[in-house]
Amino acid sequence: MNEQLLSALTIFVLAILVGFEVISKVPATLHTPLMSGANSIHGIVLVGAMLIAQAADNPLSQALSFVAVVFAAANVVGGYWVTDRMLQMFRRRPAAKPGGAEGKTP
Amino acid sequence: MEQATLDTLIRIAYVLAAALFVVGLHQMNSPATARNGNRLSAVGMTIAVVATVVHIASRGTSSGFAWPIIVAGFLIGGGLGLWMARAVKMTAMPQLVSLFNAVGGGAAALVAIDEYIKLTDLGVGVPTETTVPTVLGVVIGCVTFSGSWIASGKLQGVVPSRPIVIPGGRLVTIALAAIALAGAGYLVFGVASVPILFVIIGAGLVFGVTMVLPIGGADMPVVISLLNSFTGTAAAMAGFVINNPVLIISGALVGAAGGILTKLMADAMNRSVVNIIAGGFGTGDAAAGAAVGGAGGSVREVNPDDVAIQLAYARHVIIVPGYGLAVAQAQHQVRKLADLLEARGVDVKYAIHPVAGRMPGHMNVLLAEANVPYPQLREMDEINPEFERCDVALVVGANDVTNPAARSNPASPIYGMPILDVDHAKSIVVIKRSMRPGYAGIDNELYANPRCGMLFADAKDGLASLTAAVKAV
Repeated sequence: MNEQLLSALTIFVLAILVGFEVISKVPATLHTPLMSGANSIHGIVLVGAMLIAQAADNPLSQALSFVAVVFAAANVVGGYWVTDRMLQMFRRRPAAKPGGAEGKTP
Repeated sequence: MEQATLDTLIRIAYVLAAALFVVGLHQMNSPATARNGNRLSAVGMTIAVVATVVHIASRGTSSGFAWPIIVAGFLIGGGLGLWMARAVKMTAMPQLVSLFNAVGGGAAALVAIDEYIKLTDLGVGVPTETTVPTVLGVVIGCVTFSGSWIASGKLQGVVPSRPIVIPGGRLVTIALAAIALAGAGYLVFGVASVPILFVIIGAGLVFGVTMVLPIGGADMPVVISLLNSFTGTAAAMAGFVINNPVLIISGALVGAAGGILTKLMADAMNRSVVNIIAGGFGTGDAAAGAAVGGAGGSVREVNPDDVAIQLAYARHVIIVPGYGLAVAQAQHQVRKLADLLEARGVDVKYAIHPVAGRMPGHMNVLLAEANVPYPQLREMDEINPEFERCDVALVVGANDVTNPAARSNPASPIYGMPILDVDHAKSIVVIKRSMRPGYAGIDNELYANPRCGMLFADAKDGLASLTAAVKAV
């Protein structure tokens, strides 16, 4: 095994352990937004898609990288947007008086 | 700037991005910081993408098509993603997450496939340390791609949500796994071969379908969460293939966090992940379901006017919203009724089962959308002792999560699942379209309880007629 692979393996294992720890005690309320938030993070594959597009020098490779960029960009942009849409509803309002909508935006 | 300095800066930007993902994800543990956490994570993503743009610009591209591919791809994909994220109704949100899983997994697989083809074209053979993550990334990515489409289709109702049993399904699944394994073995220990890689791709895609089809709609949230974790892992594998640290870190992070989340979700439903994937629920429960149905006895039907009087003169009312409320888009209607009752001095609370709606936390999102004050939403453990003091428990489109059989009947397939103790209330009213059983496919003994009245209506119509009747009291 070469040095490069070893260091890649090291960060892989450490990142897994961080992933286990980082969301230990989540209230069920947040399960859906959290899943959606984690979902947007794997959109990082966009970086990979861009890099294969950079190196693409034949039509097949160019086609594959184009589809990959489209897919990954949809994952990133849509993922963050929809997560934010969900979370903006969680803001704590000052206890709204019964019956009064008070012109709040829905 | 010198190339070496620039490369260092790019690496540092990647580390920063990864750190922001970790902090962002961590902040999503609490409702107070969650939105900020998501934004931090988005900032990290932007940094990573900009760093990659700088990297490509400084190194140059292999063909004149690279920039058009990147820019056009980003605009088209990003535009589609943005449009879907803005247009989606909150009730349909789980399907959308599943679609994003599909494309994310697909992209990860494509990155690995492309790199593999490129290496074989060079004709010098593909090193084992590339072949192993390629095969893993391709298999996991393909399974996620096809599986997520099926999961999304099931939630959308395009694919029947009931478990679909494929004749000889288990054999097919085993055969596919064997094909993928044999192919992987050939590539790792034998010679590099693109055709064999395509055999593996095919096996992975079909495997995703046969894995998700036999699983019932009720378990879909857990499946989507699991596929989310898979996508993360596939992204990490793609990172190994193209030797990019930010992909490895972020992918591993999501893979692990998604795995934990999957377990949390399954725990909330008292199911084990292995059980769900093995597809147990919809099969073999018929006997237990029938037995409960036999003991069901008669149910009492009530009309809106009676219920309105009960509600208007109650002191404590607990509303139990379920998926029926979500599909009927009745979250605004339920708030109107609650507001009306509160104006009359009735104490109204909402009892939220951990898996109310289609996903854990989904119901909170829906009610928040309807401007229901957050403090009125109570989680299961907090609200269960209060049912004894509550005058009316109003169950709107919830079924299995209120079934006392989960506490009392060891033969029931949902035995042991934590439920809301609705049957402890002084009086119970259930708004439900028909006596059809819920997702678990079993009858609810709650309905035979003498204190329970059934108001047969669509959640929205039922609540609207109740609201009108309360106004008239």
